[in-house]
Amino acid sequence: MKKLSKILLFCLCVSFACTGLAFAADTIVIKGSTTVLPVAQASAEMYMKSHPDVNISISGGGSGNGIKALIDGTTDIGNASRFIKDKEVKLANEKGVYPVPHRVAIDAIVPIIHPENPVNALTIEQMSLIYQGKIKNWKEVGGKDKRIVVVSRDTSSGTYEVWAKKVLHKAKVTPRAQLQASNGAIVQVISKNSYAIGYIGLGYLNKSVKTIKVNEIEATVQTALSGTYPIARPLFMFTNGWPKGAVSDFINFVVGPQGQEIVKKEGFVPLY
Amino acid sequence: MSRKLKEIIIKNIFFLFALISIFILGLIVVFLFREGLPIFKVVSVKDFIFGNEWYPTYNPPDFGIWPLIVGSIIVTLFASVIAVPLGVLSAIYISEIAPPLMKEILKPVIELLAGLPSVVLGFFGMVVLAPWLQETFDLPTGLNIVNVSIILAIMAVPTISSISEDALYSVPREFKEASYALGATRFETIAKVIVPAALSGISTAVILGMARAIGETMVVLMVAGGAAAIPESIFDSVRPMPASIAAEMGEAPFRSNHYHALFATGMVLFFITLFFNLIADYISTKFKEVGSGTL
Repeated sequence: MKKLSKILLFCLCVSFACTGLAFAADTIVIKGSTTVLPVAQASAEMYMKSHPDVNISISGGGSGNGIKALIDGTTDIGNASRFIKDKEVKLANEKGVYPVPHRVAIDAIVPIIHPENPVNALTIEQMSLIYQGKIKNWKEVGGKDKRIVVVSRDTSSGTYEVWAKKVLHKAKVTPRAQLQASNGAIVQVISKNSYAIGYIGLGYLNKSVKTIKVNEIEATVQTALSGTYPIARPLFMFTNGWPKGAVSDFINFVVGPQGQEIVKKEGFVPLY
Repeated sequence: MSRKLKEIIIKNIFFLFALISIFILGLIVVFLFREGLPIFKVVSVKDFIFGNEWYPTYNPPDFGIWPLIVGSIIVTLFASVIAVPLGVLSAIYISEIAPPLMKEILKPVIELLAGLPSVVLGFFGMVVLAPWLQETFDLPTGLNIVNVSIILAIMAVPTISSISEDALYSVPREFKEASYALGATRFETIAKVIVPAALSGISTAVILGMARAIGETMVVLMVAGGAAAIPESIFDSVRPMPASIAAEMGEAPFRSNHYHALFATGMVLFFITLFFNLIADYISTKFKEVGSGTL
């Protein structure tokens, strides 16, 4: 825990820091969360345009993989849609790696249903009961007399973790819940199934599905930013120790005005 | 350089390559066990395999993969029910009945089917087959056992068909001629002489096809629905083992219990496929045709 608080201190310092020089022909490797991926990708493209001497390679693989890659030293930046776990910090320290978190955006998670489903709003409690398998029919929450098909993310995804914490309050998801491995797959399934309910990051929302108001609050950039929308989480980029050179410059770019513009464009909520 | 020396060098190079591939395979197995075994410090083998609850990220976590094993076995069985008749009968048609031109067309087409990337088939199942099943049978979900079995069957047919066809093809001409000489019809010859003679090859084909289905990842991840519960009907969603591994590995914290549990699931899968291969091997040696019927 002592190490963790040390890292938090680092994190705090980073928000005040604003230095960094790009060195010639630098390569930045970024790995991790698929939620952070679109932001990292768009930022990297724009960054490389203005810094042709810097080469950025990006891959997904999930928050766990991003942090694992950082610990293994195979990446410069590990993206994560959750905070680093104690166990991971311990493992990192054993290898002489000191992960530093940088908050880059806020992600709001939205419950979605098929456009033909007449339900417009649900409370957190109702959704919790639906996901626990205790509410089984749409008519119990004001919809048609149809079975509810619960679609969830795999229990280790960052998106799921937020959902479990903010909606389920750590209760178990019914084992009958369907599992999909990505935000895109959930949209795909929900758009084809009028029985189903699912949840995705705000950035993956499109016209093929309908959002549900949570506690009468609609998920928008404004409500997430103001903190009134209840299901939201910060997104992180982790570096090994204090970022230097091109890595530091890139992270400053992401949290800077241009980067935050991209965050907004990708459907996430910018930090300011 | 003398011819003999050349011969020795070439022999050793081949030996080295063979050794390297076996060595790499061995390393992978060692890695699988090294990463998988630590989970059994946390949960007993019995609770792991027969446990009904799979909640790896909860506190306290549950590491029971029984629903996943059941899911794998059920989809493999259903896929075989569809794929075995299709594969074997098409092999019989191609090798014994089809006119030469038809054979020239059908054989490569079926083999081409084997080359279809599984992600394409999975997408087909998800976007075309699932909504169709859902509407036709008025189901809550189209991502279910029936759907995934059909797609897996499509993947297993080429394996079963081409290996069976090889087995049928190698049944000696004399067998057929003898059968016809005794006055048997074409159907009688196929059913009572050719197929029994090729049975060991056909069985091997079936088992390898099943091994292909049980190890398939992308299709089950996309189409099986992913419910980690023992299914109650053939229209329920299931989560076969490979789907669980693929979906969760990316986000499981490195060397956590969850990570080890996923590798241990991989071990179970490894033993099941190994078992299939051993059976296939046993059948093909035990019931091997000797003499002119040798495959």
